[in-house]
Amino acid sequence: MDRREFIKKTSKAMALAAITGGTGAFFHNREIMHYESFLSKSTDFVVPFDNSLPGIALSKNSNHIAALNASLDAIGGIKRFIQKGNKVTIKPNVGWDRAPAQAANTNPDLVGEMVRLCYAGGASEVIVTDISCNDPRRCFLRSGIRESSEKSGAKVILPTEADFIKTDIKGKILDVWPVLKPFIETDRLINMPIVKQHSLSSCTIGMKNFYGILGGERHRLHQDIDQSIVDLAAFCRPTLVVIDATHVLLRGGPQGGSLDDVLTADSVICSTDQVAADSRAAEFLGLKGENIGHIMLAEKSELGKIDYKSIGYKEIV
Amino acid sequence: MTIKQVRNIRRISQIFFFAIFFWLILKTNFSVNFNPANPEKIELPLPVSITLQFDPLTALGTLLANGVLYEGLLWALVILIPTIFIGRFFCGWICPLGSLNHWISEIPSERMKRKGKSKIESNRYKKYQRIKYYIFFFFIAASLMGTLQIGLIDPLPLLARSIGTFVLPTIHTAAFGIVTWFRSLGYPPLGNIVQGIYNLISPLLLNFRMVHFHGIMVIGIFFMLILVLNRVYTRFWCRGICPLGGMLGIFSRYAIFGLAKDEATCNHCNECLLHCQGADNPDIGAAWRQTECHLCLNCQAVCPELALKFQFFPQQAITKSNPAGVQKVDISRRKVMASVMGGVALYPLFRSGDAFEVNANPYLVRPPGSVGESDFLARCIRCGQCMRVCPNNALHPTLLESGFEGIWSPILIPRIGYCEPTCTLCGQVCPTGAILPLAFKQKVGDKSTSPNRIGTAFIDKGRCLPWSMATPCIVCEEWCPTSPKAIYLREEMVIDRTGIAVRIKQPYIDPGLCTGCGTCEFACPVADKAAIYVTSVGESRSPQNQILLKRRTGK
Repeated sequence: MDRREFIKKTSKAMALAAITGGTGAFFHNREIMHYESFLSKSTDFVVPFDNSLPGIALSKNSNHIAALNASLDAIGGIKRFIQKGNKVTIKPNVGWDRAPAQAANTNPDLVGEMVRLCYAGGASEVIVTDISCNDPRRCFLRSGIRESSEKSGAKVILPTEADFIKTDIKGKILDVWPVLKPFIETDRLINMPIVKQHSLSSCTIGMKNFYGILGGERHRLHQDIDQSIVDLAAFCRPTLVVIDATHVLLRGGPQGGSLDDVLTADSVICSTDQVAADSRAAEFLGLKGENIGHIMLAEKSELGKIDYKSIGYKEIV
Repeated sequence: MTIKQVRNIRRISQIFFFAIFFWLILKTNFSVNFNPANPEKIELPLPVSITLQFDPLTALGTLLANGVLYEGLLWALVILIPTIFIGRFFCGWICPLGSLNHWISEIPSERMKRKGKSKIESNRYKKYQRIKYYIFFFFIAASLMGTLQIGLIDPLPLLARSIGTFVLPTIHTAAFGIVTWFRSLGYPPLGNIVQGIYNLISPLLLNFRMVHFHGIMVIGIFFMLILVLNRVYTRFWCRGICPLGGMLGIFSRYAIFGLAKDEATCNHCNECLLHCQGADNPDIGAAWRQTECHLCLNCQAVCPELALKFQFFPQQAITKSNPAGVQKVDISRRKVMASVMGGVALYPLFRSGDAFEVNANPYLVRPPGSVGESDFLARCIRCGQCMRVCPNNALHPTLLESGFEGIWSPILIPRIGYCEPTCTLCGQVCPTGAILPLAFKQKVGDKSTSPNRIGTAFIDKGRCLPWSMATPCIVCEEWCPTSPKAIYLREEMVIDRTGIAVRIKQPYIDPGLCTGCGTCEFACPVADKAAIYVTSVGESRSPQNQILLKRRTGK
């Protein structure tokens, strides 16, 4: 063996030894990288308060689309809430595999009309989505919301694993939770709940509807349901609350099933104040805002006014 | 038309039928017909399980086991009757598992090139090929006694199960894992490209949501073993094991179509043997075996001297060195008897154990619309279509939950997914009527009809938050889909550990209203083992497995 051959042969072995040793040294006791990052919400959906307009309006009309338009116009019309080119996310309640008449999900006609209004107001894209409890494909079909929204040109998103993003809710008890992206990555958020009885929070209307933005183990929230609801309401701060009180589920909520439990109220409430809106809507269930835990807590947390008359209340019959 | 063109038609036919089979399994999902005017009806537009109903072995097995040829199973005659006249064309032209075995066998390898001679040898008829007939008799005898085990190895249910519960879910998991890995690199453009590809294939190939099946390793290993064995022997499964091949072989006993060999023109190049799929002795010098031939036509197509010819009523000069074809199945009467007796013995073996009746697994919740357990085991072919179509990933293949007798039959595991109250898809896809199709009102019930029940829920008070931890919850009540709710609440004063009295709503179950859907068990926030759980008692399909003397009917 000559010198050249010796160097050639041993240098390869040395190089491999160096790489092996180096890799070991590099990774030894290394901090494990956490790939999962999380966001905190940066955009604000709220529009400025306007003293000259009522803060909340209720319209009663058996023509539900007319009712929606009347109450929306009373608080300033769609132009007040949507600017040209805005991306809008609408959050109806599509929690359950129930038909519209059973009043477990938001009235599909109202959702379709709201989509149309958003486009008329200049929205560039309108998304309708919710994290259903039952199979979302069934919920969106049977509730009629998929059909009515798509007819009006909305993009309907049925959430899958890839659609969530870990987000810091920054609440008193809610910290980092998986949130459905369209509820964060948007310019305007419209909450479109329906009025239902609920055994723990006594009612599920607007603020409770935001349970539907969360993925993960959200059933644990019930252990402190009032604070959870308020944390979510404070996080979301929707542009507009449109409450479907055309049909109200008095018993067996939030899922219902029997038509005997449904009250036909033919009303639509529009408001910029989510506490006031919930407080007014709770009256359909025979409740008062000041007796409902999460609504009281929400007022205490300065999210809005239980006394809805104090922000200017208009009723159109 | 030349023979090479006919062979190409056979190749197209294999691809075509495999594609149809695969496509229908892909379509066994929630792509449904829905009319808002009739919201109670959600139906699959395609008869997604029809390919399984063309299976003669499924037809014969279920017919013997429960005495009825269910719905579309009459289609099996479309395969069986032509087989009587021309032989096992199904194996060579149609069977999707056969085609898969064919393609995997034919992937070239170093070994194959080197070992031309041993391949010629391995393609001669071998004694092991008789095993499939004995397997056939064994399982058929068991079916006759009422225990239908044929689905475990019947090629069509086997392939449907393997694709539906093993291949497609693992592809999904792999694809999602790859996307996650690329996204974690911290270089968004690359992650976005991979995500884009994922989004592109996702509607074609992947489920709406990722599914996870119970115990798929056994199904997966069994399936992969079948595929891998092709690399040792060409179409080992089809030649030696497949009971459907055996059945079709037996039915081609009197075929009038076959291979004629011309000794005068043959130069003994052995090309025919090199390409033979069925190992049926196409060469001159040995007797051709009708019952083994897949009619792939390779031998005739590759013969350079045109010495081989498939024809009706094959005519050839029969000499000692060129014997006539054999139509008889190469099995001994004694071994057939032994196989039959073994199959018959399977029944007492299964049923004298405790799992079937006296100590049935309480967690064995069957899909809604299932027939009684005895009939169920006489009908279920373990094709896995119900598991594939279930929108909630609620149905799973059992391992031993229903004893050895029920391996891979469906079980509902509510902790993974509950039975969607208004869904009737599993009954729509079941090819053999083990799960009967339910109308909407039969599933959810109305004033005159009781709902279909699959079990009853029970509360585990030691784990329940309101019952043992002085903590509010009510999630089970919220999710309970019956109307009025089967879970009701009672407000009680509870003393917490600091001595303070708190008002807590505690859940109770009304067994007269509970349908056992498992929604409560699914939604219960106690993560690992729910504080409310479903057992099979109260299921509609069993008059014995009940709690109450009389249940309320209607809603």
